[in-house]
Amino acid sequence: MAVRATRWKRLMSAAAVAATLALTAACGSGGSSGSDGAAAGGPVTLEFAQWWGAELPAGEFDKIISDFTAQNPNITVKLLSAPYASTKQQLVTSAASQTLPDVVGLDGAWVNDFAKQGAITDLSTLMTEANYDPSQLASQVQVADKTYMIPVVNFVYPLFVNKDLLAKAGVTSVPTTRTQFLDAAKKISAIGGDVKGWALPLDSAVPNGVQNDVMSWLWASGGSMLQDGKPNLSSAPVKSAVEFVKNLNDAGVIAPGSLTMKEQDKVEKFTNGQVGMMIDSLAHINLIKKNKPDLNFEVAALPAEDGYTGERGIPYASWGIGISDSTEHKAEAFKFVQYLLGKDVNAKLSTIANGFPGNKNAAPDLNAGDPRFKTAFDIYQQGYPANEFVGLPKSEDLMRRFNEQLQLVLTGGASVDDALATTQQSWSAVIG
Amino acid sequence: MTSANVDPAAAPLTAASAGGSASGRRHAGLTRRLVPYGYLSPTMLLLTVLMVVPIVMVIGYSFRDNVIVNKNPVFAGLVNYAKVLTDADFLAALQNTAVFISVSTAAHLVLGLTFAMMLNTKLLGGITKAVFRIVYILPWLFTIAVIAVIWRLLLDPAGVVNYVLQTLGLIQDGVSWLGEPGTALWAVTFANIWSGYPFFMISLLAALQGISADLYEAAAVDGTNWLQRFVHVTLPQLRPVIISMAVLDLIWTSQQFALIWMMTGGGPLNSTEMLSTYTYKQAFSEYEFATASAAAVIVLLLTAALAFFYVRQQREQ
Repeated sequence: MAVRATRWKRLMSAAAVAATLALTAACGSGGSSGSDGAAAGGPVTLEFAQWWGAELPAGEFDKIISDFTAQNPNITVKLLSAPYASTKQQLVTSAASQTLPDVVGLDGAWVNDFAKQGAITDLSTLMTEANYDPSQLASQVQVADKTYMIPVVNFVYPLFVNKDLLAKAGVTSVPTTRTQFLDAAKKISAIGGDVKGWALPLDSAVPNGVQNDVMSWLWASGGSMLQDGKPNLSSAPVKSAVEFVKNLNDAGVIAPGSLTMKEQDKVEKFTNGQVGMMIDSLAHINLIKKNKPDLNFEVAALPAEDGYTGERGIPYASWGIGISDSTEHKAEAFKFVQYLLGKDVNAKLSTIANGFPGNKNAAPDLNAGDPRFKTAFDIYQQGYPANEFVGLPKSEDLMRRFNEQLQLVLTGGASVDDALATTQQSWSAVIG
Repeated sequence: MTSANVDPAAAPLTAASAGGSASGRRHAGLTRRLVPYGYLSPTMLLLTVLMVVPIVMVIGYSFRDNVIVNKNPVFAGLVNYAKVLTDADFLAALQNTAVFISVSTAAHLVLGLTFAMMLNTKLLGGITKAVFRIVYILPWLFTIAVIAVIWRLLLDPAGVVNYVLQTLGLIQDGVSWLGEPGTALWAVTFANIWSGYPFFMISLLAALQGISADLYEAAAVDGTNWLQRFVHVTLPQLRPVIISMAVLDLIWTSQQFALIWMMTGGGPLNSTEMLSTYTYKQAFSEYEFATASAAAVIVLLLTAALAFFYVRQQREQ
């Protein structure tokens, strides 16, 4: 009886293992993308995961995609649209399991990690194979001299100013230097109530406040946090930028709750008139106007260090595009990429997104949208796009490490020098 | 008396026939034994694919150098465990999680029992009880995302909580409940208590309604007061439910991720970092899937210890 029981157990174990392996193999053999039409020349369905559709006016992105299908009847594009954070999580897990959709929307901060995992393909090769002229591209994100992401639309982060609050505080002109900014922020905060001069979102879940709201002060004065691709956080310009943020905090002009404030809280406080100035994406103009149509605000270049006369770096974020390395339809996928970066389509997409085109020859309709869009375009042209986190490995982790030290500085737990030295050390372990 | 003539030639046939019958019986017996396993096989297959395989894979990852990112990971022994267990952030997360789950569970129990007794009392009318029942159960109807947004708005420095406290003269200036390292953990714990007590309340209310009135009558005949009846009748009768609920709540609360992530992201200064947020950051921010797996296995072991007590308690019942 005991022998029979043992034999039976063995039989069941073997069956379970076989079934599991069979099912796993069946799941695994589904390919990376679930695409159809493997036969050459046959109909192909491309999956395109992105967050763009969720941020554009309803139906606009679908029209652009429909036009592509009309021009290429054999290629169908299936949009997988989700908010930015969900898209990121989905792509991180898909990249890890080598099951990325055929075409993926990318943030420059993810590119290095995805490229190193072999999840996204080398676009330089595809450009050569398709005889595509890369000189028409405004920028490319490269890892080891190979292009992995092409920015389709760029969004700059200018200074947003509530003109009514500025006037109420007795400030006659938009600040252009750090000293003027501090002064204006103090005067706005002196209005009283819940009103403060500036908002600084330092939430650790999404620590991009470090990039958009802190490092932007450095880049606006022509500074850099890197030297020869390695961290250079103990340099005088970085120290000066962090000390300026600390001065703003010490002066009590930052909206309270900044250590767990999210980007959407910042925009909300600005929209509600609780914050006089913020650094934010141009893409949020529509949102602000929708939520408070009568808000009197304008956009301006970021203030620079006193006496600085050089070109000002302006932070930006991109709707980048990449192609899965494991897709069976790289040529069709690149055809779609080419379409989105085509002169006319790219101009149209940039116009409806309130962004700037990834194709240098594309001309967005600056008069079609908000006049602030034209102002921002002028700022963009007078300066240069600056975002040193693009293309860095583990860039979100780098931001988070900087964020923790900055929080220590703002709560009196560390000096600026110590915090920068600690961050320099931890960054060096990643990109040193 | 009749005599049977046995044909010697027929003997082997008879034996063969008997052998065939035995084989048929064995076959029938085997089929009968297999049938239950056939019924069980879909569940076993699902459990294997959805539970056993992922758990085994994560345990396997935790013993290798950086998996997934590294295409050819090698066996790394206990390095990942040593790294996690000596990481100050992990130890802080462990401490925060211990505070978070123990305070949450204790408060869930006290609030749940209090409200359940209130809804079970004979002092209130049926309509009043129905209204309170709806009001008390409301937090349970909201999703975690909604709860996080509600409490972020309420606890904002310019939010309702500060306004009320300032109006009552309890505080002078607005407090940044989620933005101060000293208050953030208590603020998220409070939000978790608010969202979780109705489950305790409903379960305890059902248990209270199941206590025989004879016990209370007998106690009343013995001259006991309300407190004595509560201590010597109600609590002993509720004990199995209270223990089961408490252990389950400890397990569930230890896995709370969404609320923390959406309210504070583990900050400020790691003051609300939990084992769940720590593991998530390791995997999806640092791309250290091996250390994330090691942290996950440690969480699994801690949770398994709680589950062990739960199962043992259930068996005792």
